[in-house]
Amino acid sequence: MTVTEPVEDPAVTAAEEPDRRPEAKPKDNRAWLLVLPVVVCVTFTALIPLMTVVNYSVQDIFSPSDRIFVGLEWFRSVTRDPEVRGAFLRTLMFSAQVLLIEIPLGVAIAVAMPRRGWTVSAALVVVALPLLIPWNVVGTIWQIFARGDIGLGGWAINQVPGVDFNYTLDSTDAWITVLVMDVWHWTPLVALLAYAALRSIPEPYFQAAQIDGASAWATFRRIQLPRLRGVLTIAILLRFMDSFMIYTEPFVVTGGGPGNATSFLSVLLSKIAVGQFDLGPAGAFSLLYFLIVQIVSYVFFTVLTRSGR
Amino acid sequence: MADIRLEDVGHSYDGGRTWAVRPMTWTWRSGRAYALLGPSGCGKTTLLNIMSGLITPTTGRVWFGEREVTSVPTAGRNIAQVFQFPVLYEEMSVYDNLAFPLRNRRYPKDEVDRRVRAVSRMLGLDAHLGRRSRRLDPGRQQIVSLGRGLVRSDVAAVLLDEPLTVVDPAIRWTLRSTLKEIHRDTGHTLVYVTHDQTEALTFADEVVVLKDGAIVQAGEPAELFLSPAHEFVGHFIGSPGMNTLPGEVADGLVRVGGQVVGRADEPLPAGPVRVGVRPEFARLGDGPGSPGLPAEVTAVDRMGAYDLVHVRAGGHPLVARAEAGSPYEPGAAEFVRFTGGRVFLFRDEVRCGQVVPLNGRAG
Repeated sequence: MTVTEPVEDPAVTAAEEPDRRPEAKPKDNRAWLLVLPVVVCVTFTALIPLMTVVNYSVQDIFSPSDRIFVGLEWFRSVTRDPEVRGAFLRTLMFSAQVLLIEIPLGVAIAVAMPRRGWTVSAALVVVALPLLIPWNVVGTIWQIFARGDIGLGGWAINQVPGVDFNYTLDSTDAWITVLVMDVWHWTPLVALLAYAALRSIPEPYFQAAQIDGASAWATFRRIQLPRLRGVLTIAILLRFMDSFMIYTEPFVVTGGGPGNATSFLSVLLSKIAVGQFDLGPAGAFSLLYFLIVQIVSYVFFTVLTRSGR
Repeated sequence: MADIRLEDVGHSYDGGRTWAVRPMTWTWRSGRAYALLGPSGCGKTTLLNIMSGLITPTTGRVWFGEREVTSVPTAGRNIAQVFQFPVLYEEMSVYDNLAFPLRNRRYPKDEVDRRVRAVSRMLGLDAHLGRRSRRLDPGRQQIVSLGRGLVRSDVAAVLLDEPLTVVDPAIRWTLRSTLKEIHRDTGHTLVYVTHDQTEALTFADEVVVLKDGAIVQAGEPAELFLSPAHEFVGHFIGSPGMNTLPGEVADGLVRVGGQVVGRADEPLPAGPVRVGVRPEFARLGDGPGSPGLPAEVTAVDRMGAYDLVHVRAGGHPLVARAEAGSPYEPGAAEFVRFTGGRVFLFRDEVRCGQVVPLNGRAG
């Protein structure tokens, strides 16, 4: 189908995009003082800790009094370490799977949730419940729930003939357990965000869709999905960062095993930093980790907000 | 195209305790332009939604010509509806917006293109077809949502629910003329909901006044102005609205504040009435006569094109309209003559008679 290029009517364009630049106001540099409290706060909560890590990452520390400057040596060794590379790919794969499952599932739940009546509150409570449970408790719950011998979930799966589910021995089972646990724990967040956005769509949009004879899918695609862009951007960012830094749950359920099947970056990092007390490599590792999260989040954010223009 | 007939149609949102629309029988005649006028919350939108099928009425039946549509869903009714604010598929271009209802109904591609272009020409949207709809100004957006209703071949009626509320007053006038042209060119039945009397009176062949879920009067604009059948119509239409003075009838004489105004044109049981007269038919400066009342001027509003003279007549405030530059000053004693045979009597808000001169006929 050919659509004629829009002929820009100068009068229209001028009327629609008025020049909103305010009058130039006199500048008062004392305004910088107002930023001071934030600067102080951020210095103590973020800047100083971060610089400490930077400091560690360029030194080989034997004891507080015995240290040598090693430059970028730790960065080189960390990026070449096969264990770190394995954990990186594993974590990336985990985040990708988490997003691919949780975002569509959360949106589907939000669309299916009731819009009015007493069932609204009931649905909200049920959906929000997993979010109220602390991370380590979630881990404990699933550690028991997924056990083949005494856990309801694991036991039920093992009733299927030919299936031998054991997350402590089988790496696929362990992976699936951690993934399902994350989906159970965090899909509600996506669902609640999406539900809030959907609720804000005025009724006439749905009425117009009915009048236009739109199918349920077209209504979702053309009315609901465009309105979800904003919250889905936030949901994707939150779920990416959280899943990429997942620590507590796999630590409690599998401890990174079996072997290193569920040894994610954070699990490995804490092993190096807290377990072996290798502050130099741990510092370099942390900085790289931090950088990756920043870059990927930035890319997500840019792509998602650009596509809406 | 066919008449839309409401047969004993009523709607209640709370299971019959209160009626949003009281059971009514009413026919929207094919091809006419109607204005549905009434204050907020009088059931205008409910009535509209009953016609378009967004609401199934609690009682009664809806007919489109010979076809009963009471339980036919909205998509099967071929109604075009425009809402208070522009409802657009914001991510889509203007072209796709207009094509959307047709594509949903699986029209062939060239037919879609032909119809979209015809409608866009009629609505003056040709230059904007390729733009994202949300980048248009609200007035054009509202035209696009109207266009989505008009592209279909078999529109039974176009329902407009206060469509100009969000539109800049400056272009309201243009839009209203566009609507009138569309009505003239297409011959669709138009039902236009508004609470703005100017909009209603300039737009419609027939004005239907709704109050508390019931139609209190319907007729041509002039009829509603000159001969209000209900106190509410008198107040609501006209600017300023009709004066109403509390009075009483005894032995065929109408008194306000003890003063005889005139004679009731037909025998009425004695008791309180309300006397309604429009400012346009209350004249000062003609000297004493009947029907009329002695009055004292309290204030004068100089409106430019005319003056509004506020007086106290029979102890009650009343507004009279006078020519611009009238000589009346606050405190002056005058006499208000009620002219044109347009003084009406109301009981329980409904018109029950007319006031005529003490000797002679109305006029």
